[in-house]
Amino acid sequence: MTPDDTDRRILNHLQEGFPIATDPFAVAAAELGLEESDLIARLQAMRDARIITRFGPFFDAAALGGDFCLCAMEVPEDRFDAVAGMVNARPEVAHNYRRDHRLNMWFVLATETPEEIDRVARDLTGQTGCEVLCFPKLREFFVRFRVAA
Amino acid sequence: MIIDATDRRIIEATQAGLPLVPHPYAQIARDLGLSETDLHDRLRAMQDSGIIRRIAVAPNHYKLGMTANGMSVWDVADDRIADLGQKVGNLDFVSHCYERPRALPGWPYNLFAMLHGSSRAEVETLRDQVAGLLGDACRGHDILYSTQILKKTGLRLRQNKA
Repeated sequence: MTPDDTDRRILNHLQEGFPIATDPFAVAAAELGLEESDLIARLQAMRDARIITRFGPFFDAAALGGDFCLCAMEVPEDRFDAVAGMVNARPEVAHNYRRDHRLNMWFVLATETPEEIDRVARDLTGQTGCEVLCFPKLREFFVRFRVAA
Repeated sequence: MIIDATDRRIIEATQAGLPLVPHPYAQIARDLGLSETDLHDRLRAMQDSGIIRRIAVAPNHYKLGMTANGMSVWDVADDRIADLGQKVGNLDFVSHCYERPRALPGWPYNLFAMLHGSSRAEVETLRDQVAGLLGDACRGHDILYSTQILKKTGLRLRQNKA
């Protein structure tokens, strides 16, 4: 499906927030000048078509406990797949991207304690022979990112 | 705020999304054996304390044409980063913005800002806007484009703290 102008208005509006209320779709629909049933049907269609990735509460992972750290490695090209296999095999690795840079493997570690971040990083350095650099978040800046639909 | 076992059940029940029905919170409350009012109060408390960043739609930016994203990294003077980092975060095309430690000598960058656009050329014009904003507080920068997703798993809640 291709979103029409009304769908785009919905996406722009609901990126800003969705109410906590007994009938939140009726509240949001009134703000948009739509019928509640039309709003729900359009959201369902966009969710089915994967135009909407998620609709609901977004949780701050760190507030739920545990520790997170962005890490990077410089991996020789001829060993890239083997090292990716070792890194991805660790359950503490939440996601991992190849990037076009000397530091060509970037992944996020998610563990219960800061000590475990260090331990997993040391383990992976020993196992792969590539030094794991840790880039923990020192400060998070508030963002107002919105996708212009 | 310390979340309790009930909050944790609410997180588990909603982290995949809200049901698209006229009374979504009533349905979740019923599934969890809570009153709807209690659920509203707990969601508001988590929202006020920042555990819930927001309740909203996340559009798929790839499907809406924002197909290029670059991790821009900047070497910003330490005494200016608090102020300038927030200004970069306020740009509407920056989705994540963090101060992180440098890893010298090879990695002089301490500000990370994810930039989103419809092409690499557009991402590079966005980069120029960030560079203009940082001015002489910036001693160097780079952009790293992702070329392959090697692994992606969602947030997994720890089960043993409930």
